[in-house]
Amino acid sequence: MRQIDDDFRSLPLRQLADAALQRARELGAEHADFRLERIRAETLSLYDARLEGAMDADDLGLAVRVVKDGTWGFASGVELTPEAAVRVAERAVRVAEVSKPINREPIELAPEPSYGEAVWVSGYEVDPFEVPQSEKVALLADWSAGLLKGVDHVSARLLQVKEQKFYASSEGTSTLQQRVRVHPELNAVKIGPNGFDDMSTIAPPVGRGYEYLTGAHWDWQAELAELPTLLAEKLAAPSVEAGSYDLVIHPSNLWLTIHESIGHATELDRALGYEAAYAGTSFATFDQLGSLVYGSPIMNVTGDRTVEHGLGSIGYDDEGVRTQSFDLVKDGILVGYQLDRRMALMQGFGRSNGCAFADSPGHMPMQRMANVSLQAAPDGPSTEELISRVGNGLYIIGDKSWSIDMQRYNFQFTGQRAFRIQDGRLAGQVRDFAYQATTTDFWGSMEAVGGPQTYVLGGAFNCGKGQPGQVAPVSHGCPSALFRDVRILNTVQEGGK
Amino acid sequence: MSSQGMVEKALELSRADDCVVIAEHTSTANLRFAGNTLTTNGTTESTRVTVISVVGRSAAVVSRSAVREDQLEELVAAADRAAREAQPADDAGPLVSGGEQSPGWARPVEPTGIEVFESFAPALGRAFAAAEAGGRRLYGFAEHIVTSTFVGTSSGLRLRHDQPTGRLELNGKSADLKRSAWTGVHTRDFTDVDVFALDEALATRLEWARTRVELPAGRYETLLPPSAVADLMIYMYWSAGARDAVDGQSVFSKAGGGTRVGERLSPLPVRLYSDPAAAGLECAPFNVVHASGRDSSVFDNGLPLSATDWIADGELRALQQTRHSAAASGLPVTPGIDNLLMSGPEGGRSLEEMIASTERGLLLTCLWYIRTVDPQTLLLTGLTRDGVYLVENGTVVGEVNNYRFNESPVDLLGRVTEVGRSEPTLPREWNDYFTRTVMPALRVPDFNMSTVSQAS
Repeated sequence: MRQIDDDFRSLPLRQLADAALQRARELGAEHADFRLERIRAETLSLYDARLEGAMDADDLGLAVRVVKDGTWGFASGVELTPEAAVRVAERAVRVAEVSKPINREPIELAPEPSYGEAVWVSGYEVDPFEVPQSEKVALLADWSAGLLKGVDHVSARLLQVKEQKFYASSEGTSTLQQRVRVHPELNAVKIGPNGFDDMSTIAPPVGRGYEYLTGAHWDWQAELAELPTLLAEKLAAPSVEAGSYDLVIHPSNLWLTIHESIGHATELDRALGYEAAYAGTSFATFDQLGSLVYGSPIMNVTGDRTVEHGLGSIGYDDEGVRTQSFDLVKDGILVGYQLDRRMALMQGFGRSNGCAFADSPGHMPMQRMANVSLQAAPDGPSTEELISRVGNGLYIIGDKSWSIDMQRYNFQFTGQRAFRIQDGRLAGQVRDFAYQATTTDFWGSMEAVGGPQTYVLGGAFNCGKGQPGQVAPVSHGCPSALFRDVRILNTVQEGGK
Repeated sequence: MSSQGMVEKALELSRADDCVVIAEHTSTANLRFAGNTLTTNGTTESTRVTVISVVGRSAAVVSRSAVREDQLEELVAAADRAAREAQPADDAGPLVSGGEQSPGWARPVEPTGIEVFESFAPALGRAFAAAEAGGRRLYGFAEHIVTSTFVGTSSGLRLRHDQPTGRLELNGKSADLKRSAWTGVHTRDFTDVDVFALDEALATRLEWARTRVELPAGRYETLLPPSAVADLMIYMYWSAGARDAVDGQSVFSKAGGGTRVGERLSPLPVRLYSDPAAAGLECAPFNVVHASGRDSSVFDNGLPLSATDWIADGELRALQQTRHSAAASGLPVTPGIDNLLMSGPEGGRSLEEMIASTERGLLLTCLWYIRTVDPQTLLLTGLTRDGVYLVENGTVVGEVNNYRFNESPVDLLGRVTEVGRSEPTLPREWNDYFTRTVMPALRVPDFNMSTVSQAS
């Protein structure tokens, strides 16, 4: 198991926290918490096997959040001295004071036990920042060159992030945490006589280290080897006929539908209207907790921040809450929400389920998405068995375009590729497809979920929410699943052609 | 050490063939509110130093926040080392030359703070009270950011730009949250923001929405207000990279090779342009590039930017270019600029006049969750939001359900039948990234509302 890096551990974490928290207390704050974070991100991009861009960025800073006279105050800074930490605490209190006249809801937080001094490190083997950039570029260039034998252009990108967080609160908890994630992705373009098309790898981003690119966690050679052929087939494929189809959806596509139509819809701050002006609200309103029929009875969805290698996984959230696993949808019924400490107390949950997160020291924590996952059926079918149950349908693989309305009712998704299913067998690709549905209709049409052998943990680095905008990494696990009678659009016809 | 000092010291420390140093100081203040009360707030202050080292034709970028003077040597050494190990860069070229120094280079930075809202916050509090009394709830976000950017190069440039960016989004809802209206403004300092006037406009729209009209999906004559036009034009602008067009991968690729520059996109004399000196929309007059990409090159740092027509007289005139891609495409060097303006023929009418001359059509408020469906045509999907109104015989007669649309902004330019009077506007969807826009309303005879959204 990896340890917290010495260079982060050696920063004057405790000293700065003590200075800031002490000053906040002196100024009358009822609550104060302190974060010191370092976020290192390296992005490599190649085009046609040649390096196009490389960026190595390192964000380091501290933040103080207070509740003063029932009002939030937040401030952050970058100078790591006790004097500067005191000034940030003073600014946070000042922000609370200026904001007090426009606050009508006193801020109170759900209680959470003190954990003393806790340490947590994610499960990775090779720190990607210890691998020379030249080695990583060479690997991506090699993969790209292989693809270029069969396609016209290749973009390759590798995102790598290391997050180090120190948190301390006036309640006595302090946590020291470190996690690593990587996302390699290649996109191939082929130009034909009537236009172009593209196809990306479906390997998901993961909470692992560089071993994800070189080890046995994903069969890169197999995926890259089949990509040119699949893309050529797609370019030559017939345009889909718009209409109603049964769908078998692969986890590489379904994770994003889960993210948009379940993950965001079960955020309590959205359901209560706190995101109404920006990300939106939710059709899954609080009064329907325990009664809303979200989907078919085989639908079971959990939120968790503990699954190994999950992008949203961590030991303690950014309010000092120990992370957990919890039900959101049970047997098709809405039974839970994702919470932070304020929302938890406000709506009578007693305790937060640990979903507070800030993407940088410059941002205030807010409720962000746990790893929201659709459970497989314990003895469920394989993907091939699901396909065999379909007379007229599509088998959709890989995420691509996505859009959903501000209450999470109406969505439209495309994919990397779709195969026609005729009489239980795959019958070649179609192109120009999109599926469009209303959330509860869609999940209500789910007739079968695959077994654990079909389960994959997908996800993204860049889930956006809040103002100022914050991005959060999150994973979503799911099996393949079968949906009946879903509306398929022909996107060329949608464009009026 | 000051940002300017960091630039000078880093340039001194570099052992690379060439070096670009970008030092930035950013301060922010924000207020977020929902249901007539504050929800979150904050102030931040941050610094960043980005070192771009060039060795031969190779370049490397290392960027760090909160750099102390004693850490600068290690930062520069890391960039130099990475450049020596890097592959040659495709976009390699000489740095922008010249001994130019911006006026005020040495002046200290002037950060923003929570005090920028000292007049606005009490006014907002009074607007909350008025809204509460009127049965409305206000939601929204006010933010002020000041970024001072200093670019120094081993070729002698010393350039500075101070960029204030402010925005207010105001969303009014009925108490049952079933009716919703939105407005937004961009501002440089919040002194020009009249929150009461904005709230009054929302109240008018919420009254319109008291009459509900359910209409099916289909193609409708549609009035796109300036905010909606801004979101569509920004997406098109972001998709207007020359390299993708030359490589046959974009809506601006010409069949058989080359780009569509010179092709007529609209029968109307539409102009879409950027201008760093546009009044009220002033932005950096020189290129600032932290990492090379499809349409940006670190070698172009400091390149002067000037007014650029992307579309003029309805004809595509330019695509976003680096010096490298311009050489490859044979087109002028036209880098991206941080504002966007659109205008139509002289005498364009106001939105109110356009409504008055509409026999039957839909009036939108704004668009949301816009994403590419098909890059070949730049077919986009998204939602209407915060008020779709039915106009009959020149009058708004009620609020219509929301829709999901599927439309291409490029195709749409070819079908527009009226371009209204241009006005400053805030794009609803993209204002996290792009605030400085002046846009007209557009009349489209057959906007594709693909399906009904139940969202209210």
